[in-house]
Amino acid sequence: MWRHCLLPGLAVWLAAAAPAHAYIAYVSNEKGNTVSVIDTDSWTVTNTIKVGQRPRGIEFTRDGKFVMVAVGDDDTIQMIDTKTHEIADTLPSGPDPELFTQDTTGKILYVANENDNTVTIIDIAKRARLGDIQVGVEPEGMTMSPDDKILINTSETTNMAHFIDTTKREIVANVLVDSRPRFAQFKPDGSELWVSSEIGGTVSIIDPVKHAVTGKIEFSIPGLRREAIQPVGIGITKDGKTAFIALGPANRIAVVDAATHTVTKYLLVGQRVWHMAFTPDEKYLLTTNGVSNDVSVIDVASQKVIKTIQVGELPWGITITPQ
Amino acid sequence: MTSTTITERPKGFSFSEYMTCLTGIVWREGLRFLHQRERFISALVRPLVWLFIFAAGFRQVLGISIIPPYETYILYEVYIAPGLMAMIQLFNGMQSSLSMVYDREMGNMRTLLVSPLPRGYLLFCKLLAGTAVSLLQVYAFLLIAWFWDIAPPTIGYLTVLPALILSGLMLGALGMLISSGIKQLENFAGVMNFVIFPMFFASSALYPLWRVQEGSPYLYYVCQANPFTHAVELIRFALYGKINWVSLAVVAGCTAVFMIGAILAYDPSRGLARRGPAGGET
Repeated sequence: MWRHCLLPGLAVWLAAAAPAHAYIAYVSNEKGNTVSVIDTDSWTVTNTIKVGQRPRGIEFTRDGKFVMVAVGDDDTIQMIDTKTHEIADTLPSGPDPELFTQDTTGKILYVANENDNTVTIIDIAKRARLGDIQVGVEPEGMTMSPDDKILINTSETTNMAHFIDTTKREIVANVLVDSRPRFAQFKPDGSELWVSSEIGGTVSIIDPVKHAVTGKIEFSIPGLRREAIQPVGIGITKDGKTAFIALGPANRIAVVDAATHTVTKYLLVGQRVWHMAFTPDEKYLLTTNGVSNDVSVIDVASQKVIKTIQVGELPWGITITPQ
Repeated sequence: MTSTTITERPKGFSFSEYMTCLTGIVWREGLRFLHQRERFISALVRPLVWLFIFAAGFRQVLGISIIPPYETYILYEVYIAPGLMAMIQLFNGMQSSLSMVYDREMGNMRTLLVSPLPRGYLLFCKLLAGTAVSLLQVYAFLLIAWFWDIAPPTIGYLTVLPALILSGLMLGALGMLISSGIKQLENFAGVMNFVIFPMFFASSALYPLWRVQEGSPYLYYVCQANPFTHAVELIRFALYGKINWVSLAVVAGCTAVFMIGAILAYDPSRGLARRGPAGGET
């Protein structure tokens, strides 16, 4: 009888004692011209990879074999082999690529070229440029609707979110948002599009069907001037219930109830927090803190910052192993 | 004819006799504390004023870098919480010393010191009683601080207990040593000015020592030599499940020195209490 109790008990204990699944995070360091590799089990930097000049946008290919990094001053996208940690190939972007997104199949890459007011379409497998779409001035934020039909690009100076039909490869709608839109993110069910405005200090909630702003999230932190609160990166959990918004020089991540669009908490992280990425199990959220040259780790369930890890100079973007 | 058997009392005291004495002293101190609601409230208000007003005002002025035991950036109120816990114990230690002066003036001290148990043990019991009272105050403070989003790891509430006991004993022993030199209750104001304030401000309670070093290297050495700094750091590390060995050694050493000093000072044959008759040295 005791064996019946002991064995399951032992199994539970072993499961609890076993270390969490380790993922690998890659952080682009804009000024250091490097990519820092972080082990999410030990929370240490295990490697630093030299890349081209001014690395910013960074993302895994869907098969997990490469990490793509936009090296703006080299006018290209470099592909880092995740096994050898060497630059294996490049993709032909336009001038000064900053952020990019890919479709759900991982075949097509869309790149925002900051200096050229265009979005470049690239076939990842063929490493071939398929065409360009003219957008507003200083394009930056890039995201794809869950059904792959609509690509969103935000242009910093035009202050717009451009809705691009991926089949026709043309803009079908423009939505005016607050000053300097930096980043765009769909809710996982595609019901809302969130666009952060750095200078405006807001996140606009957009109805993607009506192409209209239906609400705005505003931020207020005691003791901080409004101008110091500059929303940039956005992360929304898969269940669509909780959102995390990086507030730049406010050194805070705002935790937002994604249903009511109300801020529930502010978490202190490093200086000039910019972008973020969840681990695939959504246990942790990692944020890049540009001025303090580190990455903060947030425990998503308890909504607490548990650790901060020193990385390279001016960390900008971050991506984590897809599986 | 009846015969009377006279049994000789065994030498020394049994464990239960020691425990009776300990319980009696701790119980008296506890009851006295609980009956003085104003004391309990003021013991809490003092650190809370620092936490809610001072820390809120200085939140943006004093930047905090990542220093052990912290593993990420923290708000200023999180930083000063261990310092305020130690402050509670510092005031409590001094208040206990004040009560000893009062006891001496009222004659209660004589009742205590005529007990057949060793004088050192009696004073140690008194010290433990004062520490127990300070623990009540500190945990009440931690409870309120939790609502202010100052929440160390759950295990920290347990791991901080030994550190609090040790620092409570050290500060209590210091208070006891000081009280042996105070002749009148009115002199306690001097303790405030010459002991509590310098100890509190010249420590790592309100600002990290690297920041003090930036401002004044001399003050940095003063802070390093201040036992209160080590009490604060011992508590700070323990609150996050870690041990600061240097602070532990300093606090343990100071506790022993202050305790021995207090026992010697209260020995009527050698100590300062000889200066006047117990209960009437005015």
